[in-house]
Amino acid sequence: MLRFFLNRFLLLIPTFIGVTLLTFSMVRLIKGDPITAMLGERAVDPRWVEEAKARLGLDQPLIVQYGIYINQVVQGDLGNSIVTSKPVLSEFWDLFPATIELALSAMLFGIVFGIPLGIIAALRRGKVSDYLTMGTALTGQSLPIFWWGLLLILLFSITLGWTPVSGRLSFEFYVEPITGFLLLDCILSNDWPAFYSAIHHLILPTLALGTIPLAIIARMTRSSMIEVMGEDYIRTAKAKGLNPKRIVLIHGLRNALIPVITVIGLQTGSLLAGAVLTETIFSWPGIGKWLIDSLDRRDYPVLQGAVLLVASFIMIVNFIIDILYGLINPRIRHGR
Amino acid sequence: MKRYLWQALAVAGLTLSAIAPVQAQNKTLVYCSEGSPETFNPQLATSGTTFDASSIAIYNRLVEVRGSKTEAEPGLAQSWTVSDDGLTYTFYLRRGVQWHTTRNFTPTRPFNADDVLFSFKRMMDEKHPYHKVSGGNYIYFNEVDGPNLIKSVEKVDDYTVKITLTKPDATFISILTLHSFSILSAEYADKLLKAGTPERLDTDPVGTGPFVLVNYQKDSAIRYTKNDKYWRGAAKIDTLVFAITKDASIRYQKMRAGECHVMAYPNPAEIESMKADKNLRVLQQEGFNIGYLAFNTEKKPFNDKRVRQAINMALNKANIVKAVYLGSGTPATNPIPPTLWSYNKSVKDYQYNVNKAKELLAAAGYPNGFEATLWWMPVQRPYNPNAKAMAELMQADLAKVGIKVRLVSYEWGEYLDRLRKGEHDMGLLGWTGDYGDPDNFFGNLLSCAAAGSSTARWCHKPFDDLIVKARQVSNQAERTKLYEQAQVIFKEEAPWFTIAHSIATEITRSNVTGYQISPFGSHDFYGVELK
Repeated sequence: MLRFFLNRFLLLIPTFIGVTLLTFSMVRLIKGDPITAMLGERAVDPRWVEEAKARLGLDQPLIVQYGIYINQVVQGDLGNSIVTSKPVLSEFWDLFPATIELALSAMLFGIVFGIPLGIIAALRRGKVSDYLTMGTALTGQSLPIFWWGLLLILLFSITLGWTPVSGRLSFEFYVEPITGFLLLDCILSNDWPAFYSAIHHLILPTLALGTIPLAIIARMTRSSMIEVMGEDYIRTAKAKGLNPKRIVLIHGLRNALIPVITVIGLQTGSLLAGAVLTETIFSWPGIGKWLIDSLDRRDYPVLQGAVLLVASFIMIVNFIIDILYGLINPRIRHGR
Repeated sequence: MKRYLWQALAVAGLTLSAIAPVQAQNKTLVYCSEGSPETFNPQLATSGTTFDASSIAIYNRLVEVRGSKTEAEPGLAQSWTVSDDGLTYTFYLRRGVQWHTTRNFTPTRPFNADDVLFSFKRMMDEKHPYHKVSGGNYIYFNEVDGPNLIKSVEKVDDYTVKITLTKPDATFISILTLHSFSILSAEYADKLLKAGTPERLDTDPVGTGPFVLVNYQKDSAIRYTKNDKYWRGAAKIDTLVFAITKDASIRYQKMRAGECHVMAYPNPAEIESMKADKNLRVLQQEGFNIGYLAFNTEKKPFNDKRVRQAINMALNKANIVKAVYLGSGTPATNPIPPTLWSYNKSVKDYQYNVNKAKELLAAAGYPNGFEATLWWMPVQRPYNPNAKAMAELMQADLAKVGIKVRLVSYEWGEYLDRLRKGEHDMGLLGWTGDYGDPDNFFGNLLSCAAAGSSTARWCHKPFDDLIVKARQVSNQAERTKLYEQAQVIFKEEAPWFTIAHSIATEITRSNVTGYQISPFGSHDFYGVELK
């Protein structure tokens, strides 16, 4: 097991180097530079522009810039934002919890509703409710988030007036960040009205972002359930006269869930990607908006740092999942 | 089980009660702003978003422009005198102006000359301990050529400051209204320097303005409380919140739901429905800007003024403005907006006339037209909401006189860079005024000094002599005459096809009073009341 663990861990190193190289070069491939983006239409002395670029090290050959960058990264320093002059890492930790909170909430929503829907569809295969749930799931999966988000706002916030339009907390509350996870911070500071306001603000973004995992989980559960329910041991269970509920939940679902869990793990990346869009629509102060702003401003250190951090996060999640699989399934552990 | 049921019901009840639309507390004004500030130090910034959050709410300048005006009025300087040679400005400072008290700082003295010296020297003096802090990019200061224009800033006494220029400049007082000339606290700066955290001067601001920063959550909200000791008198609202909402449609929905009181930059397509909503008030004012199509006058055939005039006649301006600005723009005749002093009303614009355009082209030696590129900006700007649509309309108009136009565009930064290098034949661009002086337009866009990087690359001696002289003369009536003449020459020489001045639109809830649109696109909540 230790060998397996080390194997997987060592694999992270080339992946990590690849990611730094990719983010560095992709960011530089985009036309424009931070100083030009700052200037806009205004013209200043070209000499000043050159000096400003030199101060940022942008006049160095790319390979030298990359060397400096890697040297910093290895020391745990992602540099400072060109626009705000603040360390990239501290800006990231200010914003990342909001993204995680949203992504977790969307995932929870997808699991809680997706699995039962999938089971129902599987058990009523070919019936109206099956077509209805699967049709809805397919629609949910295909909806563009920005359009779906706006639709939710129009219905729930404007027409019905049930939820706030956007933001993370009503302006009359202020909760001092402790962990950065607002719900948790509200509980820690014992501020229940703020907690309800935060939950309230979380509803629509969760619906908007959670629809895709919901649809995928429901479809996966359905197909996996159908397969399992056709297995011999289920027929045996039925023949034995076991309680049908027990057959579905214990014998069926338990086995059907294995591929579903894989899918849930794979969704981490796409959830973070979807969060970028959702955050823009719902003015959610996570890393999505931060990334888009830094792209507009060609804030290289932020762009590189943010992509690298998110990629590392996904790598670590996948690493943990790999290890868990190894623990569960000896065939993976022994490389067979 | 019963207990859980009750608990569940209680939670549901609380949730529902919280679901009711958030009602604004009486004296809290929420402004749906469009983005996060880059910093809280306006010296380092270029974006209006940052100026709204910093210089306007928190700071003051020696001289200021306020409300819907474009002229400078006394700010932290109560009055000033200019020496006869126009080189020395003596500012008499306001007494008894208090600095904000914040979590990090309690001032021991009121505002005085040391603060003015600190603020200028940070930008001017490369050896100043604060010069390189937070990146040290003083873009506006450089844009107005501050390093070469200002020779020295001296303290005469605690309430008198003398600024000496290297050359007479009639625009100097207007330049000082720029946000970058906000005055920061020298005492606070010293304290931070001693503590080894100078960068906090730019993130945890201490100013003299109408609002004190309480806290800022990046990409989420900025909170201010009113400055009770504000020297103009305390604001009429207690709390000011900037709810950062990047998407214009969402800002509109927040206005509808009553979550915001004021919003800026609406989608032009949504303005009609905003006007129909009785809870909202749509405020409009002619913007302080110009959108133009510049001809690269260094290149053939655009070095011939007849060709430039012909294009001015071949383009159907009324049609273009109507189709592109959707009612939010007025056709432009002069290169400066009509709200700016010295605007010459007697200048007549070219009339749309295809036949006359063809005649002029034939006279210039192009009876069958020619081929040329027309560049359009890839971004929406205040002075041009849709450059692509505009370019297409122009292409169709020019085809009628035989000019075959190829449309060109690049990523915004590259677009600007290539335009500055003069790679284009004709290019769309524009300008939003920074301060209320005509030189801000003429000098930056049409002078010989700027010809190396301006879009028209135009250097016309008779015109340039006028605007250079106008910058040196201090009498405004005399300056007005010079600029009026310059506008006549501009129209005759036609280095641009002047397109439009866009109309700035802002929305308030109907219970907001006292809000004024600033010609410079800033958002000032001092003097605003909630009914």
